[in-house]
Amino acid sequence: MKTSALAWLFAAALPLASVGAAPNPTLIRDATIHTVSAAGVLEHADVLIEEGRITALGVGLKAPVGAEIIEAQGRPLTPGLFGGLGHLGVEEIGLEPSVDDYSLKLGSMRPEFDVTAAFNPDSVSLGVNRLGGITFAMVAPSAESGGKGGPGGTLIAGQGAIAILDGTLVPKARALFVDVGGDASALTGGSRAAQFMVLQQALTEVRSPNALLPNDQRLLTPAGRRSLQDFLNGAGPVVFDVDRASDIRQVIAFARREKLHVVVKGGTEAWRVGSELAAARIPVILNPLDDLPGSFDTVGATLENAARLDRAGVKIAFTLDDPQPHNIRKVRQTAGVAVAHGLPWEAALAALTRNPAEIFGVADRDGSLAVGRPADLVLWSGDPLDVTSLADRVFIAGVSQPMQSRQTLLRDRYLEKLRAHAAR
Amino acid sequence: MIRHATVLTGTGTRLDNADVLIVDGKIQSVGTNLQAPSGGRVVDGEHRWVTPGIIDIHSHLGVYPSPQVEANSDGNEATSPSTANVWAEHSVWPQDPGFRTALAGGITTLQILPGSANLIGGRSVILKNVPSVTYQGMKFPGAPQGLKMACGENPKRVYGADKNQFPSTRMGNVAGYRAQWAEAQEYLRDQQEYERKHGAGDKDAKPPKRDLRLETLAAALKGDIIVHMHCYRADEMATVLDMSREFGYHVAAFHHAVEAYKIADLLAEQGVCAAMWADWWGFKMEAYDGIPENIAFVDAAPGGCAIVHSDSEEGIQRLNQEAAKAIAYGRRAGLAIAPERAIQWLTANPAKAIGVLGRTGTLESGKMADVVVWNGNPFSVYAMADEVFIDGVLRYDRSNPALTPQSDFTLGQPAAAGVYP
Repeated sequence: MKTSALAWLFAAALPLASVGAAPNPTLIRDATIHTVSAAGVLEHADVLIEEGRITALGVGLKAPVGAEIIEAQGRPLTPGLFGGLGHLGVEEIGLEPSVDDYSLKLGSMRPEFDVTAAFNPDSVSLGVNRLGGITFAMVAPSAESGGKGGPGGTLIAGQGAIAILDGTLVPKARALFVDVGGDASALTGGSRAAQFMVLQQALTEVRSPNALLPNDQRLLTPAGRRSLQDFLNGAGPVVFDVDRASDIRQVIAFARREKLHVVVKGGTEAWRVGSELAAARIPVILNPLDDLPGSFDTVGATLENAARLDRAGVKIAFTLDDPQPHNIRKVRQTAGVAVAHGLPWEAALAALTRNPAEIFGVADRDGSLAVGRPADLVLWSGDPLDVTSLADRVFIAGVSQPMQSRQTLLRDRYLEKLRAHAAR
Repeated sequence: MIRHATVLTGTGTRLDNADVLIVDGKIQSVGTNLQAPSGGRVVDGEHRWVTPGIIDIHSHLGVYPSPQVEANSDGNEATSPSTANVWAEHSVWPQDPGFRTALAGGITTLQILPGSANLIGGRSVILKNVPSVTYQGMKFPGAPQGLKMACGENPKRVYGADKNQFPSTRMGNVAGYRAQWAEAQEYLRDQQEYERKHGAGDKDAKPPKRDLRLETLAAALKGDIIVHMHCYRADEMATVLDMSREFGYHVAAFHHAVEAYKIADLLAEQGVCAAMWADWWGFKMEAYDGIPENIAFVDAAPGGCAIVHSDSEEGIQRLNQEAAKAIAYGRRAGLAIAPERAIQWLTANPAKAIGVLGRTGTLESGKMADVVVWNGNPFSVYAMADEVFIDGVLRYDRSNPALTPQSDFTLGQPAAAGVYP
């Protein structure tokens, strides 16, 4: 016990870079491989990882010389999971301003605010959730009103990007975050009716900067105009945090009018406008556990939201509501609950893998298993959607992740104490 | 009569292919091949599991109801660090739609607590999860009230940081509780002195002036009201245990207790339960050291009393899944936990801590027939309560959701059409 705990401590002290050094080939044998692609499920199949990539997938693969061989014994193997949208790496702990970098409260609209400049790859949340099988997540800012009469944010929270849970960012996988609906009306002078008015004005500034007179009241800085222009040009999706059906309809109409590439986040009442969302090809990133009218925007909350949206042909992905990053591994449980309430199992796994990868433009590396892809994958002790299962092995870019975190070190330290006491 | 089910009795026993007989709202018997009285309803339990009704020891349903509007935000009387005079039941809104969703998760009994803004938040109430227009209609008959107290960051933030008042530190917190207990001791002495004189026939004896705050605290010192302490850090829990010895009261349970695993032995020795989440951590500094093996560690200490709690309108709907997570993490740490043991975290242990174990919390003859029939092993993400009985009455039936009335709040709301049957 003591020796192994010391060995773990030593391993934990190694810098991340050395963990990422060219690993030996790895062959995982006899797994139930959920490719989350057209290839479907491969039973009793093997996956070969070389130079960080999947180089072969199939039955009866030969192990190259020097390869580490992992006997899966039929256990499920999936792509690494998506941890949803939130403050990963930009909020170490809650309620402590010195380590909470997720919202800009200057009182002015700054779409050029890119929260990933604050991203800390050493944040303890990365290791904890990596052990939970999460390998990628969207680092997103939050729009917040000011406290104690200070300046607040605006309905445009700013930009985020995909982070891989080995600590790397994917800067090209960007998104812009906008908050509308009742919880955001304080950000636009007290009425949600002003939300699209203000957004419209911002886009007009972008599209017709020369029409502005020197004394015109402007919403945006020149850098802000450039940032919004980037998103009008397709730099990434604009993610609207919105729940009420009528507000979602406003978003759909706004997206059509402005030719914006839009994603709905939250979407508690999205099932009520499922066919409209499907027709507009707008994906919904939701928490399947939302089944209470937590506000007047969510009176139509139901545990069947995910299943109904899926049936309507809407592309769905999962996230927790709370943007705090500490327990995003729980997103797996939300998928299992969605299955219990009518979502097909395969659709639930896709909502944790391929769908979010496609929504945020990282499908070339994440979300499904195929030859040539970086090997981001998880070997599970059992059904990956059940809370009874845990991740046994996690690979990111082909690197076997040490199955330890600050939490496992705390566990082992106090397990020894407990055992010593019990033995007394 | 529930027949041929896998029964977790809540006493640490698992019975396969067993029957549960409910008569007149009470558990009549549990065993194999029971004789059914004629004319009774028979529930086929084959491939299904039966457990005692789930008990949530830490809920704010009704006092922080859905929708979370300012107008119904009634859980914290955050105007003074000690509001031992307030009673949570006077804030409970029985139309909170969260009661119904909790019922679908098998919740039959729950403790509604005041929030943790104050050092001493006020009295809790134990409810049975039955639909009712009044909270009186939900009250668990004869259950003792609890007293909610809070450690750590919340009181010092709400008063010190937000209002520049006492307390602003942890040492201020402790001085605050101790001053209250000292006053309560004096009040209790005056009361007892009066009762002594009055009993001895002293016609001039005057009772102390009635003080609702001290009345609560004195009842807690006497053990008539059960003390529940919101506390995260191990060192603070140890401080509170010292204080409880100083003033001669017992802490029934530490709630949240994210560092309980660091002092699992101490808690077990002192006979104090820990009511915990499965995996929450990091949402504030005092939760930074939370680990998902917390529940399993508390359970593993000889004599340990682990409770799974929710403190959440979402979590209360699936305490069985919270327990399943704790089992999985415990197993990985080398602690094998059988379902018949884990079910006690959700039934017998909270029943003991809120003072109703003699009435519910296990499937034993003579107890209230608070029973859940699950569609399989309850410790799975796919587990769902098929039927929930409270005092022998079928209150929830998954195949007939219309049996459970929706809240008056959602009734007739166009947006809720398609949500309720």
